[in-house]
Amino acid sequence: MVIDSINNGIVIDHITSGMSMTLYRFLNLDKLTCSVAIIKNAPSSKNGKKDIIKIDNLIDIDFDVLGYLDPGVSVNTIKDGKIVSKFKPQLPERLVGVIKCKNPRCISQDEQELTHIFKLTDRENRIYRCIYCESKAK
Amino acid sequence: MSSVIDILDLSTKDIEELISVACDIIANPDNYAEKCKRKKLATLFFEPSTRTRLSFEAAMYELGGNVIGFSAANNSSAAKGESVSDTVRTVSCYADIIAMRHPKEGAPMVASMATDIPIINAGDGGHNHPTQTLADLLTIYREKGRFNDLTVGLCGDLKFGRTVHSLINALSRYSGIKFVLISPDELRLPDYVMNNVLIKNEIPYEVTTDLLKSMPELDILYMTRVQRERFFNEQDYIRLKDSYILTPDKLETAKSDLCIMHPLPRVNEISVAVDKDPRACYFKQVLNGKYIRMALILKLLGVE
Repeated sequence: MVIDSINNGIVIDHITSGMSMTLYRFLNLDKLTCSVAIIKNAPSSKNGKKDIIKIDNLIDIDFDVLGYLDPGVSVNTIKDGKIVSKFKPQLPERLVGVIKCKNPRCISQDEQELTHIFKLTDRENRIYRCIYCESKAK
Repeated sequence: MSSVIDILDLSTKDIEELISVACDIIANPDNYAEKCKRKKLATLFFEPSTRTRLSFEAAMYELGGNVIGFSAANNSSAAKGESVSDTVRTVSCYADIIAMRHPKEGAPMVASMATDIPIINAGDGGHNHPTQTLADLLTIYREKGRFNDLTVGLCGDLKFGRTVHSLINALSRYSGIKFVLISPDELRLPDYVMNNVLIKNEIPYEVTTDLLKSMPELDILYMTRVQRERFFNEQDYIRLKDSYILTPDKLETAKSDLCIMHPLPRVNEISVAVDKDPRACYFKQVLNGKYIRMALILKLLGVE
């Protein structure tokens, strides 16, 4: 399968196979008007297969979302047909407006327009807790 | 420090300062009688409370200040659907400091994000209750004269008891502390407190179901209520409930300077006969709660 290369845009590479649609949704790529290509199950020398997302525009990417959902990805920025930067998102210290607290006793369930915020409390086990009620992110 | 939402918002130095001021208030109450003149405390209690609300109000009155507020959500605009943020922004126009109790976990933190005046968490659901912990710490200090080298028995409902979790957090910052966690298996300390506080900080602890066996080594016995509704079956509750009722005979092997504590209210977990024992400190805790709240109000208002 051939997908045109892009001149100016972003390639999110090394996405865990099957995760591309989740990233697409969390990064709100459905709201873009430019071309976006999702390549699923592309061959990968490292993991056998991987997903790739190509965005035909230089947009701001929420690296926290990527670092939280799929920390193995790499983000390549392409200008004039050449890769000008490569970035590997890390597990973020805070997640702001990315996931929601599920604790029914948490104030975030009731308070109008309150941003759901989680903090990383255990990097080794990738555990995030709601800053309001300290419930573990699920 | 502008608000106190969690006991860990206070450093050990902050706590020592608060205890020092509280002890000075106890020794010289007249010196503090007008410290908060023309200052107003708003007590925003979205759920009922006897001890905590009255303690805050008494604290402010004894500092010469005034108190406004409400004692139930249905007496406030919350009943009309007003958000916590909007209520607090409004009250901030009238008061200098707010003490808030709310059934939702994290509500006082949301309040602190909505205003520049100090917020004191007076209990948010089953989550935090830092001023109860301060009252506990002042009691321990007054009875024992130290926070280190203590064996602390925590007995009863260790799973849902927020005061137990906060006290563990607070005492884990001192050296030589050992916890004896006495509870039925159904009400053991949650794993996250065990892992994130005790194991992470290498605090010695022992898990047991046997109060009597642990009694001789304890310097402090912190009782909490075992609630029937926490059990999955009635038989287990009936089997276990009497094990955790403190009676004078169970204290026979205890140290002569044991400090018996309870956050109150009690139902039947401490026999009334124990009240006469000089080691019973739970009503002293109530009084200490007022003094430490006075110290906290002074600190947060920046009153020297």
